[in-house]
Amino acid sequence: MNFKRAFRVWQRNATVYKKLYRSSLTLNFFEPMLYLVALGYGLGGFIEEIMGMTYIEFIAPGIVMSSAMFAACYECTYGTYVRMVYQKTFDAVLATPISFNELVLGELLWGTTKSLIYGTIIILVISLFGLIKSYFAIFLIPLIILCGLIFASLSLIATAIVPGIDSFNYFYTLVLTPIFLFSGIFFPVEDMPDVVVKLSQINPLMHLVNISRAFSYGKITQNFIYDLTIVIVYLIVLIPLPFILLKRRYLL
Amino acid sequence: MGKNLTKYYKNFKALDSVSFEIKEGECFGFLGPNGAGKTTLMGMIYGFIFPSEGEIKIFDIKLNDKNLPQIKKRIGVIPQDNNLDPDLSVLENLIVYARYFDIPKKEATRRAMELLKFIKLEEWSNINVRKLSGGMQRKLIFARGLINDPDIIILDEPTTGLDPRSRRQIWDKIEFLKHSGKTLILTTHYMEEAEKLCDRLAIMDKGKILVIDTPKNLSDKFGGNLEHVYLNMTEG
Repeated sequence: MNFKRAFRVWQRNATVYKKLYRSSLTLNFFEPMLYLVALGYGLGGFIEEIMGMTYIEFIAPGIVMSSAMFAACYECTYGTYVRMVYQKTFDAVLATPISFNELVLGELLWGTTKSLIYGTIIILVISLFGLIKSYFAIFLIPLIILCGLIFASLSLIATAIVPGIDSFNYFYTLVLTPIFLFSGIFFPVEDMPDVVVKLSQINPLMHLVNISRAFSYGKITQNFIYDLTIVIVYLIVLIPLPFILLKRRYLL
Repeated sequence: MGKNLTKYYKNFKALDSVSFEIKEGECFGFLGPNGAGKTTLMGMIYGFIFPSEGEIKIFDIKLNDKNLPQIKKRIGVIPQDNNLDPDLSVLENLIVYARYFDIPKKEATRRAMELLKFIKLEEWSNINVRKLSGGMQRKLIFARGLINDPDIIILDEPTTGLDPRSRRQIWDKIEFLKHSGKTLILTTHYMEEAEKLCDRLAIMDKGKILVIDTPKNLSDKFGGNLEHVYLNMTEG
């Protein structure tokens, strides 16, 4: 595996994105803003205080993570699938010195880059709202990268196993939506029934949201190590899978 | 160059113990009906499909995972399918492709402009490839396959689906490459194309090579023109 050649694949996607970003940047950025404003102020009007914060303070660090998550997911499901199947970009790339693993690594890193772009924009916006209260917030950037790597890998796995592009609906409805809703962004999961609390322990987004909240307000507790450990375990388990599964699907 | 190559797809034998040798500087054609195994064989030569059995040697080096990038640097592939980047312009398509070969930007731009002149698309360099006609896109794919100045050029059905004029233009370019000493490997199911361009031909059917010879010898040996030879040997 040669990182420079993987970078060439990343660079190809960046070149295309640079031409098209105007149309996608606004949309991707609009949705998290809607959540923040509608729920933060709308629903927040009815909630006096949650874990010692206003409601918008409570949800903002989580929105950073969910934006990063969805950015990587869109890119590595629909984006990668179109390149692999419809545009036959994979065929074109593999006729050059770039190997299959380098191609997959390029896709993975590009998905992560999308997380970084969209996550960072949300950080800037919420800091304009005055919702960043600690210098620890600088660590949100590496955290977004971890978030991007996890969900780019998970999405590439989905891309490797879906029979067709319509099947991504299952992935979004049955996997990502529950991950998003039960991640502790909008309400603390601990107050839910026991089974939900137990299930949410395997939700990688919940651990990312916990860490994000800790960084945003500079309140690092003992749970931090536990959350970070789970995130790292996810990284180690997930990252090799796209390489194996996409190869099985694609190479004859 | 290729020795006892066999490829199974599950239980289907797409290639059945195929052996051949291509000489430096010649234009070697694989002729056969659809499904004869031509594209599978091309995929093997550029390391995209792994043989189930047998081996391939290119520049006297046995192909493996390790040396594949080095070998592919010297191969140009002109695929059957259109796999241009539809969001990019003509020039950008060439530059992005040149990057995969680690060609520096300045050099890539110089080569790209030269190639666009070669295929007479230089006035289209900033146009999005979606706006190009099928024939023009084909020519661009042709040019793209030459951006690394390859020693071996693989042309997989280079003129399938083209109008007669575009077809002649592509043939002229192939002739030009031949005269500049490149090794050309071509698949086709057009008799006329094979006869006009190839120094030697392998006729394939059902995953096997039936015969390898020059176009002239083939028609002398089996009588009639090449089209008769082909139709007699292969089953439709």
